[in-house]
Formats: sequence, C-alpha cells, structure tokens
Amino acid sequence: MSTRRSGSIEKSVALIGNPNTGKSSLFNALCGTSARVGNYPGVTVEQKVGRLVGSEPPIEIIDLPGTYSLAARSADEAVTIDVLCGSQKGVAKPDAIVVIVDATNLERNLYLLSQVIEFELPVLMVFNMWDRVQEQGHQIDVAALSNRIGVPILCTSASKRVGIEQVRQAIIALTNGEIKAVDSLKAARSSFPGSFLAESESLANKLASNGTPMPQIEVDRMLIDKDGHFQTKVSKAGMLEIVKEIEQARLRLESVQCKIPLFETKHRYGWVRQQIAGLVERPPANRVNSSDRIDRWLTHRWIGMAFFVLLMFLIFQSITLVAKWPMGWIETAQSWAQGVTEQWIAPGAMRSLLSDGVIAGIGAVLIFLPQIAILFLFIAILEDCGYMSRAAFVVDKMMSTIGLSGRSFLPLMSSFACAVPGIMATRTIESVKDRMVTILIAPLMSCSARLPVYILLVSAFVPDQTYLGGWLSLQGAVLFAMHGVGAVVAIPTAWFLRKFFFPGEASTFLMELHSYKWPSWFVLFQRVRERVVAFVSRAGTLIFCTSILVWAAGYFPGDHQALKLAQSQLESLTAKGDTSDQQAIDEATASINAARRKLIDGSFLGMAGKSIEPLVKPLGWDWKIGVAAIASFPAREVIISTLGTIYSLGSGEDESSDSLKDQMRAERWPDGRPVYSLATALSIMVFFALCAQCSATLMTIGRETNSWKWPVFSFVYMTALAYAGAWLTFTLATWFGMGS
Amino acid sequence: MYPPQVTNNRGNPLTLSELSPGQSAIVNEVIGDDSLACRLMEMGILDGEPIDVIGRAPMGDPTEYALRGYRISLRRNESDRVRVSLAS
Repeated sequence: MSTRRSGSIEKSVALIGNPNTGKSSLFNALCGTSARVGNYPGVTVEQKVGRLVGSEPPIEIIDLPGTYSLAARSADEAVTIDVLCGSQKGVAKPDAIVVIVDATNLERNLYLLSQVIEFELPVLMVFNMWDRVQEQGHQIDVAALSNRIGVPILCTSASKRVGIEQVRQAIIALTNGEIKAVDSLKAARSSFPGSFLAESESLANKLASNGTPMPQIEVDRMLIDKDGHFQTKVSKAGMLEIVKEIEQARLRLESVQCKIPLFETKHRYGWVRQQIAGLVERPPANRVNSSDRIDRWLTHRWIGMAFFVLLMFLIFQSITLVAKWPMGWIETAQSWAQGVTEQWIAPGAMRSLLSDGVIAGIGAVLIFLPQIAILFLFIAILEDCGYMSRAAFVVDKMMSTIGLSGRSFLPLMSSFACAVPGIMATRTIESVKDRMVTILIAPLMSCSARLPVYILLVSAFVPDQTYLGGWLSLQGAVLFAMHGVGAVVAIPTAWFLRKFFFPGEASTFLMELHSYKWPSWFVLFQRVRERVVAFVSRAGTLIFCTSILVWAAGYFPGDHQALKLAQSQLESLTAKGDTSDQQAIDEATASINAARRKLIDGSFLGMAGKSIEPLVKPLGWDWKIGVAAIASFPAREVIISTLGTIYSLGSGEDESSDSLKDQMRAERWPDGRPVYSLATALSIMVFFALCAQCSATLMTIGRETNSWKWPVFSFVYMTALAYAGAWLTFTLATWFGMGS
Repeated sequence: MYPPQVTNNRGNPLTLSELSPGQSAIVNEVIGDDSLACRLMEMGILDGEPIDVIGRAPMGDPTEYALRGYRISLRRNESDRVRVSLAS
C-alpha cells in the first residue's frame, strides 16, 4: 500500500450514497491509510478525503455525507450539491461520481442515482452488500440494467473486501475519460412536465442576465425546494427580484397541476420503476423476514425495554471493568517514566516540568484511551449490526418529551463514560437544532472522571451505614445519586435550550430501520482506529498543554532552593539503601512537604485561591478547595492531586489514600471548626457534577460546532449552574443539620 | 385522481397513524408540501404504494412500517400526514 504523496492531486472522484450502504467501508478500502478527516470550511459538515491506493497521477476520493436525496434542506445535503457543482470553497469540482447502492433496496437507492446522473459527469454505480443480495434471493440482471441506465455497474461486498480491485480499476478508467456521462435524454429529468422545464430554463436565463449564472441543476433545486438551500442563498445575496420570480413560477406551476414537490418524487420513482422493470426479481416486498422476527422481541413492549436496559448496563460495566487493566498498565508506565526522569535529572524546574508537567499531562490523557476505545468498539458493533437504530426507536418517545429524538440517546449515554466521544457521536443526529442541544447537555452526564472525586469525598465524609440487612449502603446510594444529578438537571436544561435558543418545529424522527447483520471486523477496526487517533491527536494536545499551564501556575513564582535541598537530601539517603536511618528520611520528607506547602501558598495558583476565597465561602469551601477547583478546570480529576499537593502530602495521592482522607478530616477553619462537614462534601460533589471542568470537552464542542461561541456558552452556563447548585446544596444541607 | 376517499369512524380521511400493527394499506397521498412531506415522499411514500404496519415501539410511538422492501420508523406526527386506504 503506497502512502507517498507525489505531485499535486490532479483528478478527484466523489463517493455518494444513501446512509448505511457501506460507503465508509468502501472509502476506507479504496484509500487505505491516506484518509483525512476534517470539516468543510465554514460549515459543520465532516469532510473526508483520501487518495486512491496506487493511482498515478494521484486521484483524490471525496467521501460525501450519506443522503437519501439531493433536495438541499440539511447542511449535509447543501454541501453535497455544492461539491458536485464545483461551488464548494476549497474543493475542486469532481471529475466523476461513484454512487454506492444497497442492492437489497434498489428502488429507494436508485432515486438518488436519478438525481446524481443529472450532473452530467461520468458515473459509476457500485452494488454493495452483494453477498446479502444473494443470501436474500434477489435476482438482478446487472448487465441489462447497466445497459438500460447507461451507467457501468460493479458488485462488491466492501465490508468483506470483495470486489474492491475492480472498483479501483473502474475509477481510474472513469477519470481517463473512458466512460462518458449519461445522455441527458435518458435521465429522469427528461420526463418532467414541459411546464416545469420551461420555468426552470427561463429562471436560469434571468439569473444569467443578472450576472449570476447558475447550473441548471441548481436552478431546478431552487424551484423545487421551498425555502431550501439555494433559495436562501439567493435571498441572502439580496436578489429579491429572483426570489419573487421563484415564488411566481411556483404559483404558475401550481395552476397547471404541476405540484411541487410531489411531481419530482413521482417522476423519479416512475423512472426508477421503468429502469428495473423486468430485470429485477426480489422476494415479496414487505414479507416478514428473520430480521422482523428479531425485531418483534427487541422492540417488544416489555422485553425490548428490559433488553435495552440490560445491554446498557452491561456496556457500562464492561467499560469500567475491562478498561481497568490497560489503565493500570498506563499508570505503571507513567510512574516508570517519572522514576526514570527523577533518576536522571537533578531536582529543579526542568525535572518538575518533565515529571509533573509533561509526563503527568500525557498520562492524564492516555489514561482515558482504553475507555474510549472500548466504548467506540461497542458503538461500532451496535451500529454495524443494526441495533443502534432500534435503540433510538425504543427510547424516542421518552426523548421527545424534552424536545429531542431517539437519536440523541446514544451520544448522551456515551457521555456517562466520557463527553468527548459522546459529543463526537452526535454526528449521527440529522437535525442541527437537536444536535446542538445534545452537544450542550452532554457534558452534564456524569463522566468517569467525576468518579474518583465522588469516591474520595463519599468514603471520607458520608457515614458508613447500611440498611435492609446490609443490602443497601448509604455510601453507595449517595454515589448513585451523584451520578443522577447531572442527568436530572439536563432535562429542564434541554427543554430550556430547545425552547429559547433553538426554537422551531418538533424534530422529526423518520428513520430507516436496516435489517440486522453480523458486524464486519474491518468496519469495527476502522471505526475504533479513526476515533482513537482523533482523540489522541486533538484532545491530547490540549489536555497536555493545559497540564503544563497548571503546573507553571503552581510552580512559579517562588524560590525552590529549600525544596531542592530537601529532595537531594532524601535521594542521597535512599540511594545509599540505608533504610535504618528512618528518622532522617522522615525528616527530609517532612521538610519537602513543608517546602511544597509554602511554595504553593506563594504561587500564582495560591494567590488566585486566596483572592477568590470570598467567592467560594458561601459554598462552604476554604481557599484550598477553591484552588483545587480552579486547578481542575482543565480536567476535573486534577482536584485529587491538587488537594494532595496543597495538603502538603505531595502530589500523586490517589483516591484510596487514607492519609489524604485523614488530612481532609483534620483541616480546620481559623476558629477551629472542621473545614469539611457533610454539607461541604456534598456541595463539592454537586459542583463537580454540574461544572464544565474539562478542557477536552470544551475543545471538542468548539470543533464540532465550528465556533468558539458554543464552548464559551457551555462553560458559562455550566459554571453558573454548578455554583448555584453547590450553594443550594450547602444551604439546604446546613439547614438539615449536616453543617458540622 | 385518487381512489375513493376512505374515512375513519369520525368521518375524517383515514391516516397511516390510525392503523394497528399487522394491518396493510395503500397510500393515497402525503398531506402538505413542506420539508417533512417532501422527505416522506422521497422515502418512497407515494400514492398507490402498499404499506404494512410492522409494530410499535415500547411506549406506543414511533411505529415501524414496511414499504418498497425496506423498514421505516415514523412518529405519530409524521404518519398523520399520510392518507391511506385499507388494502382489501
């Protein structure tokens, strides 16, 4: 497989097809590792391009978003038409189009083909999932069909890598001019009513004489799609007489019984039936099949619901259980790297930067990698086998009560593990408004990074009592309740956002339910790899940078001489292997801790903490908790190591450390009252449940919404919510006598 | 243009949302010309097409239908827009 990039890309080919036709599998098979994922400039549509394996000169493959039709309503569809017309910024007009078709569902898939061939570019049709066509007993006379439509057809099973080489060869032939575009007289458009064709032509002429010529196909869409992409474009450009002309043309068409948009779909489906007449024999169209029988159980009133709950439970159990081992390895590797650094570099700023900043920063990122990989593996399995659309089907009613649809469910569920993949998973939501609301509430779900914070505080301050003969523990109940806080707050938040920020018609659901199939290893591997690479490269660089910033704020300014001295002392003691002098070791450790405490007091972080103390006092916190909360804005689990550092225990204390717990229990206000009461602990937990303390999430929101406005919005609203929630919790808890 | 109008027991034209799982019908028309109507038509819900009700989601909505050899899920407010007559 060649990945070298020689010369500039000369030719490009667009891949288009209905959702779930295996388009991505084909794209990955054709482009190998050269695929790049980004966004089209200015819109939130994902752009996937790659280089055809072994093409010389290189041929670029553009993977367009999956779509049922080219009627330009969603951002995806608008970009698709713009790319095919050559009017999308930064993308050259493609030289040819490959249409991927699910041949088990020919009629609806050929509808898109009927629109695509009107671009008058050479077209290749790929009948994908050919193995399933044969299994299900469809009979298709491919050669005759190809002849009749005037488009070459190849049969593949992309998920099994069958037939890929032929497609590759055909794409090269396609760009060499060996295959001609379909004769426009054979296209569905030629059967459109004469009145429509005349109106479209006269509108095109008006646009041309206006100095803004547009391709005929865009003019057609402008007339047919009421308030669609092209009409909006023209009215935004201030061409009011054209908008008026469009509206008048529609009225004239209405008066001659050419109903918009009905006539287009009718003529196209008529054209499709003409093409396949006599050449395609399929099993009785709506016959109950094995997939339907599985569905009767999986969407059953009780069994379906129970299965769904059980499945989600198992997924989350396995994420926490299976991820434990690789997470342990990463931790071991991290402490090994820190050990090596400390062995080779003398105490000082350099050692601290490498050990506390760089290595701790990278470790903090990589520690989530196993969870993310496992979660995406599950998502890929559920998506590829067809259950995902059933899960959306099952929970749609519940989600519609807060103005969302079933499609938002999985991204939200994923956010319980980590909001970053959850927000990335919102790409499957068709409605832009639904997607925005889902992205904005996803960080409220209690992610796995909150868990260590809860465990520390619950085990230290919630009484260890059990009820019902030991079956129900108070600590467990509080832990569970903390996981529910975010989800409960998300319900009114979603409703509020939908009502005031993203108002509009109720979102539609209208979703295809594909028949079940076995997932393909190629697809699973590809999906997981794609997401893991994206996580490491994008979120990784950011967590890493912020860790260094926090390290610097906690390190500077300050004179580190005393600390360095104590550290060298301790090292020379331990290096001798002389453990008999325990007293000297203890003394050195104590002086390191004292020096650390003094340094953090005088650091920028400490100064900031003291200046914000009046702000956090109403929440029942002292300045140290305030500082720990500030330090954990880049990543919330940082609070544990920060508290550890602040309480002069040195960083690296983990949540099960008894000494940190004891230290927290021993903390006193100047008047002698303990700092941590149950009320304070609850207030901290509620704050952490609701606050947007995760720079990776905010960065992901920025990238997915293509704007810096939404991460700022999320940050502000969640911080406000967290503050209010923590204050309310502290006040109520004190009222109920938990304040001491 | 369309087959004789079929009405439900309230005297209104019968819509897809009023059918129960297991029933089969023929589409008469999609009401309206907005983007939802357009999307329904693009998915192949056109006059003369047979459509079968497969089953409902656990909470009664949405409902799964079969047409043109594939399965589609529609919410009640979507299936309300499709006028049908019962298949004989």
